[in-house]
Amino acid sequence: MADAITFARTDEQNMLASTVREFLAATVDYDAVRTMSTTDNAFDAATWQGLAEMGLIGLHVPDQFGGAGFTAIEAGIVFEELGHTLTAVPLLSCVMASTAILAAANDEQKARFLPWIASGEKVATLAVFEESHDNDPTSSATSLTQQDGSFTLSGTKRYVTDGPNASLFLVSASTPDGGALVLVDSDSDGVEVIPTHALDPTRPLAEVRFDHVSIVAADVMQGAGSGIRTAIDMGVACLANEQVGGAQWCLETSVEYAKTRFQFGRAIGSFQAVKHLCADMLVAVEHARSVARHAAASFDDPAESAIAVPLARSVCSDAFVTAAGDTIQILGGIGFTWEHEAHLYLKRAKSASILLGSVYAYRDRLADAVGI
Amino acid sequence: MTASPITGVDAEARVNEAIDKLLADHPPGSTEPKVFWGAQFDAGLAWVDFDEGYGGLGVSPRFRELVTRRLNDADAPMWNRVANILGIGMAAGVLQTHGTDEQKQRWLRPMFVVDEVWCQLFSEPGAGSDVAGLATRAVRDGDEWIINGQKVWTTLAHLAKWGMVVARTDPQQPKHKGLTYFVVDMEGDGVDIRPLYQITGEAEFNEVFFDDARIPDANRIDDVGAGWRVAMTTLMNERVAIGGNTPPRSSGTIGIAMDTWKQSGSGDVGDRRELARLWGEVEAMRLTAIRATENMQAGVPGPEGSTGKLAWADLNKEVTAFTVGMMGFEGATIPEGYTLEPTVYDTRMTERILSPQRWFLRSRANSIEGGTSEIMRNILGERVLGLPGEPRVDKNIPWSEVPRG
Ligand SMILES: Cc1cc2nc3c(=O)[nH]c(=O)nc-3n(C[C@H](O)[C@H](O)[C@H](O)COP(=O)(O)OP(=O)(O)OC[C@H]3O[C@@H](n4cnc5c(N)ncnc54)[C@H](O)[C@@H]3O)c2cc1C
Repeated sequence: MADAITFARTDEQNMLASTVREFLAATVDYDAVRTMSTTDNAFDAATWQGLAEMGLIGLHVPDQFGGAGFTAIEAGIVFEELGHTLTAVPLLSCVMASTAILAAANDEQKARFLPWIASGEKVATLAVFEESHDNDPTSSATSLTQQDGSFTLSGTKRYVTDGPNASLFLVSASTPDGGALVLVDSDSDGVEVIPTHALDPTRPLAEVRFDHVSIVAADVMQGAGSGIRTAIDMGVACLANEQVGGAQWCLETSVEYAKTRFQFGRAIGSFQAVKHLCADMLVAVEHARSVARHAAASFDDPAESAIAVPLARSVCSDAFVTAAGDTIQILGGIGFTWEHEAHLYLKRAKSASILLGSVYAYRDRLADAVGI
Repeated sequence: MTASPITGVDAEARVNEAIDKLLADHPPGSTEPKVFWGAQFDAGLAWVDFDEGYGGLGVSPRFRELVTRRLNDADAPMWNRVANILGIGMAAGVLQTHGTDEQKQRWLRPMFVVDEVWCQLFSEPGAGSDVAGLATRAVRDGDEWIINGQKVWTTLAHLAKWGMVVARTDPQQPKHKGLTYFVVDMEGDGVDIRPLYQITGEAEFNEVFFDDARIPDANRIDDVGAGWRVAMTTLMNERVAIGGNTPPRSSGTIGIAMDTWKQSGSGDVGDRRELARLWGEVEAMRLTAIRATENMQAGVPGPEGSTGKLAWADLNKEVTAFTVGMMGFEGATIPEGYTLEPTVYDTRMTERILSPQRWFLRSRANSIEGGTSEIMRNILGERVLGLPGEPRVDKNIPWSEVPRG
């Protein structure tokens, strides 16, 4: 990195973290999350509304387009808090969608699309993956064809995050001139949204079919390949911070339980088997926090972010999955119940390690970036 | 107690003969499962090592495997073992070791034919790993005992007729000494059963409240104050039931992993090597189970049953997590979705095909149920390897004085 690495936060950033934390602590409702977990379209509308009022939905969108004009660092701060409370809101999808627009759209399109998203009026999401083992979101079997000045979109996208709740899809499509990104309203004729049962029901998924959907030229963004990559990298950095927040919850929950649960006349945390699990979890969480924050701070330096983004994906995915599994183990029988929150975090952890692309693919990228 | 087992060629011939006759008289294809199981019990082929008249032939337990294999080959119904797993896998062994003749007479046959399902009521909110610390009280009242307290994680209680329950009969004794073991009527008065939903949304287990429930003294297993001894027999049987079976090579979750690998078609060399490593670990465990069965002559499984339980729990979690990881984005879905419903244990249980994602979630319990992996490691370290135990603050003082946090 050109500048020395630093993790110091400004007063404003500290303020942002505590404001979001307090807001989420006041609104979090795990019973509601559990109830939503039996549906395919979980969506915490009250919290979403609150985030909109705080101006956090377009947090990294420039002010001229109705956003807060923050950097990825602030986005990371917000995601760490959202991950901690496991809030079922489509912010990750919206951040990725608006990042893609910022990277791929012309000024007229930005001015038209971004305020919808930044205000919270419309939930937007990327619809780019098609196959289960799709590691290249920029190549697409979905096609955009042109005839007599009008466009038609056809194809099927799968694993679309927040798809069941989205009103705008940013669809990658191939055209004779290369990849394009197309903005499609979910109400358009020929759009069919089929909710998928998600392993992590707090992050709904859908298959979205586009059957000869008419598209106006003004909604087509050309040269979308790099836009999608930029958006997904931003998504990975946000998700990594979210994973840290989730892992932090696991650590706190485990430690608290280990101190208060007695068996054999002792706190279970006095048994080394439990104490060492907690200590290992602490190490994993701290490492994850470092790489997640570093990834969020790296975007000004493309050479460093080429390392920092896949690094965060690799380290944070493992850290959260392990922390969530160990938390269930430390909780014993209660950890296996629907009633306890731990399973929600395990599902989130596993799903987060899969969505946005396999950890292996990111390790390949990391190996390339560091010359392995 | 078991008479000394007949061994060798004679015994094997006897078992084979009994199987031939059972299959000839009751062709599995045209016999109702319950009728078949009844005949199997009467032929001494339920648990071959049990005494004659009680579902066995009094031969070595190593012939159990022969019976299973031959009945399996003949497509005989075997799902009673799943539908009544806590009865056939655990309670039967307890009755065989500690039960009176009347008790075996009364309970074994209806258990085997699944007319009466069993459950195990050991764990309580305050007593899981430390099950000897349990607080449910039983107080004698003439020929009966009155029982009060709460049990938790009781698998199958919602379908059970009988429950194996350990209760405290003397709180002034050190904790292991004041316990007594009973068989309680789960359909009787004062027994309240509520489902507990788990990570997958289904409810295999329940919480059970005893409010002045009555148990006849005739349903006491072994002596008053001998509850811990009987509980240990139960747990040994449980750990063998969980970890000591020898499934066919490449079956179960490693088989699912192999299918997933083939279907994914990714050809990823890293995945392939990891799968081969896991397959090897699973096979090592399987071969160990075969060796342990061969060595087990006495009929009472020893602590070496604990290696299987520990190994299986950790491996199964690893295998299922890896399998989901191989699936690409599909791994972030769960085809069954989540619906809150009590588990049904019947043919459907054996026929239903769970998705790898569902196995991934279910396997989280493997290192908790039947004794956590931490406890298993303590048992292996202390009882098998003879390492010194941890200093104990809860032994040799009255149960009522043990710290509870
Ligand atoms: C799916 C499922 C089905 C079950 N079915 C039944 C059933 O049918 N009947 C029944 O009676 N019970 C049943 N159980 C309960 C099970 O036996 C207990 O959950 C288990 O013994 C652990 O107890 P606990 O949940 O109270 O955890 P705790 O004992 O509170 O353990 C919490 C953590 O502390 C650790 N710990 C505790 N003591 C020590 C120690 N000395 N050294 C190191 N670590 C320690 C544990 O390993 C665990 O990680 C079931 C559980 C599950 C998950």
